[in-house]
Amino acid sequence: MTHQFDTVIIGSGLAGLRAALEAAGAGNVAVLSKLYPTRSHSTTAQGGIGAALGNEEPDKPEWHFYDTVKGSDFLGDQDAIEIMCGDAIRAIIELEHMGVPFSRTPEGRIAQRYFGGHTKDFGTAPVRRACYSADRTGHAIVFTLYEQCQLKGVKFFPELFVLDIVIENNRCHGVIVLEISTGEIHIFSSKVTLIASGGYGRVFKTTSNAYVSTGDCLSILYNRGIPLEDMEFFQFHPTGLYGLGILITEGARGEGGILINGKGDRFMERYAPTIKDLAPRDMVCRAILTEIREGRGIDGKDYIYLDLRHVPKKTIKERLPEITTFCKTYMGIDPSEQPIPVIPTAHYAMGGIPTDIDGRVLMDEKGSVMQGLYSAGECACVSVHGANRLGCNSLLDTVVFGRKAGRAIKEEIGRDTAGKNKKEDIVGARHAVPLLERSKIMIDSILKCNGKERLANIRTELQDRMMEHCSVFRDEKNLKGLIESIRNLKERTKDIYLKDKTRKFNTELIDAIELNHMLNISEVIASSAIERKESRGAHYREDCPERDDTSWLKHTLAFKTDKEIEFRYKPVNITRFKPEERIY
Amino acid sequence: MKRYTFRIKRFDPEKENFRWDEFSVDMEPMERVLDGLDRIKDYADGSLTFRRSCGHGICGSCAMKINGRNRLACQSLLRDIEGRGTARRAPTVVIEPLEAFPVIKDLVVDMEDFFEKNDLVLPYLINDEPPPERERLQSPSEQEMILESITCIMCGSCTSSCPIYWTDSQYLGPSSLLKAYRFIFDSRDRAEEERLEKVTGVHGLWRCHSIFNCVESCPKEIDITGHITELKRLALKNRFRS
Ligand SMILES: Cc1cc2nc3c(=O)[nH]c(=O)nc-3n(C[C@H](O)[C@H](O)[C@H](O)COP(=O)(O)OP(=O)(O)OC[C@H]3O[C@@H](n4cnc5c(N)ncnc54)[C@H](O)[C@@H]3O)c2cc1C
Ligand code: SF4
Ligand code: FES
Repeated sequence: MTHQFDTVIIGSGLAGLRAALEAAGAGNVAVLSKLYPTRSHSTTAQGGIGAALGNEEPDKPEWHFYDTVKGSDFLGDQDAIEIMCGDAIRAIIELEHMGVPFSRTPEGRIAQRYFGGHTKDFGTAPVRRACYSADRTGHAIVFTLYEQCQLKGVKFFPELFVLDIVIENNRCHGVIVLEISTGEIHIFSSKVTLIASGGYGRVFKTTSNAYVSTGDCLSILYNRGIPLEDMEFFQFHPTGLYGLGILITEGARGEGGILINGKGDRFMERYAPTIKDLAPRDMVCRAILTEIREGRGIDGKDYIYLDLRHVPKKTIKERLPEITTFCKTYMGIDPSEQPIPVIPTAHYAMGGIPTDIDGRVLMDEKGSVMQGLYSAGECACVSVHGANRLGCNSLLDTVVFGRKAGRAIKEEIGRDTAGKNKKEDIVGARHAVPLLERSKIMIDSILKCNGKERLANIRTELQDRMMEHCSVFRDEKNLKGLIESIRNLKERTKDIYLKDKTRKFNTELIDAIELNHMLNISEVIASSAIERKESRGAHYREDCPERDDTSWLKHTLAFKTDKEIEFRYKPVNITRFKPEERIY
Repeated sequence: MKRYTFRIKRFDPEKENFRWDEFSVDMEPMERVLDGLDRIKDYADGSLTFRRSCGHGICGSCAMKINGRNRLACQSLLRDIEGRGTARRAPTVVIEPLEAFPVIKDLVVDMEDFFEKNDLVLPYLINDEPPPERERLQSPSEQEMILESITCIMCGSCTSSCPIYWTDSQYLGPSSLLKAYRFIFDSRDRAEEERLEKVTGVHGLWRCHSIFNCVESCPKEIDITGHITELKRLALKNRFRS
């Protein structure tokens, strides 16, 4: 079946929802998601969304700008960062007006708390910049935006799984999707398509990410010739629950929590004397793993403690209720009585689909635009986060750049109402037919798989290898071995076995498709990591431990070719803050 | 490690029949029921079908009936569920799809109606007054009024457990009424009347007989019945006024 929409948005997380709300002003908008809209991973965001509101103490967008640049280890594009930090206050006020139930100060203003790497006066001391709704900030914002979208008549299509993106003659014509409940394949033909498909943390063993964060759309675009930018930069969050990876928000340290090692030392004092436990995540992760490697884990084991025992019970109850429940449910501990065992957990993808500041997808290092294709949110790389994202800047990124992309789309749709697109619609649908056939063949062939390999074994092995060799510490030898393992695993997928041969709600089929995407994305991450022979932000090479601005102050673009991955580079946009040593 | 028996109610949409399957799984008591389902899907029967996404009780995907009670599979630890077993028999985890919703396949149910009910109560902030330049002020005590209600994750456990919904499929159901409460009691909202009108119809508020099933099954421990009672109180007050 073919559906026609002016705008098709993939993903109902915050980026997709915010864009939909904006684009709803012109033409009709469809939002497609492999989940029900409110189940998107944005819902799990806990700690906060950043803006220099200055509700708790003086703050300035300029300081936010500086912190974000420094946090990015100077790889973030400063034009984009300036836009984001400059627009943050408006964005938060707008969310509040839409109904987001932010936590409040005694005066009834939006409450704010400390978060990692956010400082006053260009790094002198931490500042309270994260606006929050207890520790359910993502949930509060997702629901509000979803509700507003309904009010605006956005059409939602839940549980549709994108199989392919139709790109022909440098223009995107829509997407091919699998309707999960029936197993039918549909064409969504559109004038404009926006990809807001979120992250891909599931390629790592220990992760805070949802099962569904598998990077499907990035992998599809990469296969269709779009480069992927800065994929070597993947953020680990310092505090995942030991053994599970479930996130304990940085807001816990923002409310006064501290990290302690097996000797009971507050070790962050040694690594970041000024802001200590509120240092950026890349640094805290390295510090934790260094402590563990040097035998100062708890009882010499591979975790450390996040200690909240000294934080007032009232604060924990009011501002951190959800993580308190997690600790009780999953670990059987009460964080106001016992310290929480934590380890770094794979959390956020800085890299992704290259875009300009209006979300237009770029095809090369020269900035050529792919017509009719936009991207925003975690899957996109504008790049505001550079080599390391600061906490509470991702939610901000989704609403600021989701809106900007939505506006650009609205303009584009508004511009050509003159029937020109009617013709293009038909052309678009025509381009889609061969891809539809190809998707059908792909699905039929997966369903026929009767080999010996279990999906789960391949997936687990990938996740283990990625964790061992491509997480917080990396080096060339291990990365090379990793790439070999990934290629091996790719081979093994040819011999998988599927028990479920039916069409309706076949989640085993979806697992198989997702696994292919995960392998594809992992190869790009590992290969990009080999290429970058320096250490910057979240990418730390033990064999090249220094940052090297002379050779590497540039963005990586990985292109798929018939043989090896081809790497090209593009300069970082530096406007205001020159690279300097990064000390906290 | 300990051995558990998972007894799972299956539905095959092609053959349109129900059946029960049993699987024996070795697991740690601190693991989640969801881990068990994963293990079965990964290593015993790839066709076992269920929804899941976040894995830690926030997205609302994995509500199902576990040992007779609606719960989230990702929030239920094996050690916490009943059916400890005996020396000879492994503890059993009985899993069924949520009741009252049409089953699509195995543990996956059709939630379309559930979400549509939610849409009926005008689930968005309505306030046509020109907004101030900065945030609308809301005191912590005003916010306190809605704090519990905003934590709903739309998992469907409550509505599925409600005997009124079983007999009246048009009944709005606990979660939609809770949603109405969330906006009516938000100090920033101005559409109390319109919303009360929506929830006081024949299939609305008054059908609730405070059976408390919803409260018992809510994974977020929301006192849904309490909220509905507040709504009733307000509806009565407003009717007396007009
Ligand atoms: C536990 C946790 C806590 C966090 N806390 C914070 C925080 O406090 N502050 C902060 O700033 N950031 C936080 N982050 C990061 C932030 O939440 C995410 O980066 C952000 O929400 C991503 O939003 P998104 O809209 O880009 O993607 P998502 O919300 O992940 O949405 C992706 C959408 O794409 C859809 N999709 C994907 N693939 C397909 C496909 N093949 N077919 C169809 N649909 C598809 C999904 O169904 C989903 O609807 C946190 C992240 C995690 C994991
Ligand atoms: S009120 Fe509770 S049980 Fe009902 S949908 Fe919300 S979270 Fe689930
Ligand atoms: S998987 Fe999200 S609530 Fe269980």
